[in-house]
Amino acid sequence: MKFLSEYRDPQRVESLVRRIHEVTTRPWTLMEVCGGQTHSIVRYGLDRMLPAQIELVHGPGCPVCVTPLEMLDAAHRIAARPEVIFATFGDMLRVPGSETDLYGVKARGGDVRIVYSPTDAVELARKHPDRQVVFFAVGFETTAPANAMAVKVAHDAGLGNFSLLVSHVLVPPAIEAVCSAPHNRVQGFLAAGHVCTVMGYVEEYPGLATRFGVPIVVTGFEPVDVLHGVLLCVQQLESGRCEVENQYSRMVRPAGNPVAIATLREVFDVVDRAWRGIGVIPGSGFALCAEFAAYDALRRFEVAHRPVAEPAECIAGLVLQGVKKPGECPAFGTRCTPEKPLGAPMVSSEGACAAYHAYRREPAEAGS
Amino acid sequence: MCLALPMKLVERREFDGTAELNGVRRNVSLLLVPEAVLGDHVLVHAGSAITVVDAEEARKTLELIDSALRSEP
Ligand code: SF4
Repeated sequence: MKFLSEYRDPQRVESLVRRIHEVTTRPWTLMEVCGGQTHSIVRYGLDRMLPAQIELVHGPGCPVCVTPLEMLDAAHRIAARPEVIFATFGDMLRVPGSETDLYGVKARGGDVRIVYSPTDAVELARKHPDRQVVFFAVGFETTAPANAMAVKVAHDAGLGNFSLLVSHVLVPPAIEAVCSAPHNRVQGFLAAGHVCTVMGYVEEYPGLATRFGVPIVVTGFEPVDVLHGVLLCVQQLESGRCEVENQYSRMVRPAGNPVAIATLREVFDVVDRAWRGIGVIPGSGFALCAEFAAYDALRRFEVAHRPVAEPAECIAGLVLQGVKKPGECPAFGTRCTPEKPLGAPMVSSEGACAAYHAYRREPAEAGS
Repeated sequence: MCLALPMKLVERREFDGTAELNGVRRNVSLLLVPEAVLGDHVLVHAGSAITVVDAEEARKTLELIDSALRSEP
């Protein structure tokens, strides 16, 4: 497993941990932005290897978790239509909307299909010219380029029966929202590696680092990557620096992937987006631009915006902003489990609540 | 959802190719990495290669980590 097992090497892990202990003299609170990193941390118990002064708080980087309830309801209504084949990544199936989830829609006869890539959804449209194929485009900058490309491919092939339900969100505005919140405790960030693979880190991150006085270290997902990111971040904090650094240079170029960025610019506009549990963040998402608006499923099926209330017990918003840990939620592991989730962070493979539950962190410990 | 894995490109066609990890082969779109050539490792996310792994940078990072660890007091 080239470019993978080297970064899981126990000896490197051990030495990095030792080094972090040596350089840490004061308490620091770091946020790992991406839910994939959260899973690595909880799965390998990386947070337990760190000095007690270093706290890792989990960030909002779980696209499934931040998809608003209204968008899920819209998905469920579109998926229930008889002419529609609703294509989605598997993660979205069990995310509860206000009334049901996609499994429920499927059980009642909706044609919901799990696809592995947006290209598969375009293929469905090609194979079923008499049906409407809708792809649920959820995700961060990592996922968006392939979805943008799918729209272009469908457009070029004249597939008028393909559309996208777009709920894309962007990382830098979320970092800004975390830093601007009155209760913010985060002093440094491990930025989401694969988001930066696409977007690079020279455009938006230096401004954020300077403005909020926070080091931002572009970090990968394997244990050695995460610990190396922590080390670089702590070294910056200890020496009073707040720079943008790249731990993940094997996958991330400073300017990102130019083809992907050009495709995004061609197909999407940057718009304000509501984040579930957090609220509207200005300029924090993508929507189809005017030229491709005909491929917008919300428009094609004229789904009206219907605001709905969140289940009162779920504190997902606070968990996603790093203010609370999953175990501090009174429903964690009791009324909210992966089998019967109250909120999205318990469903998604990137949700902090699901990670704590999967790796059996007890509520008391999970909350500490 | 941002999960992505480095896979070796074992076949290259005009717009897509076959990539392999641990003996598992997958069809991947190469539309976002026109520069990818046979034998490269590509980072695959949801069926699309999103970058070509920079082997030289990978080596440098590991060297940096290993040398920093050797020079510790
Ligand atoms: S444990 Fe369940 S109810 Fe509590 S915050 Fe997490 S998802 Fe919401």
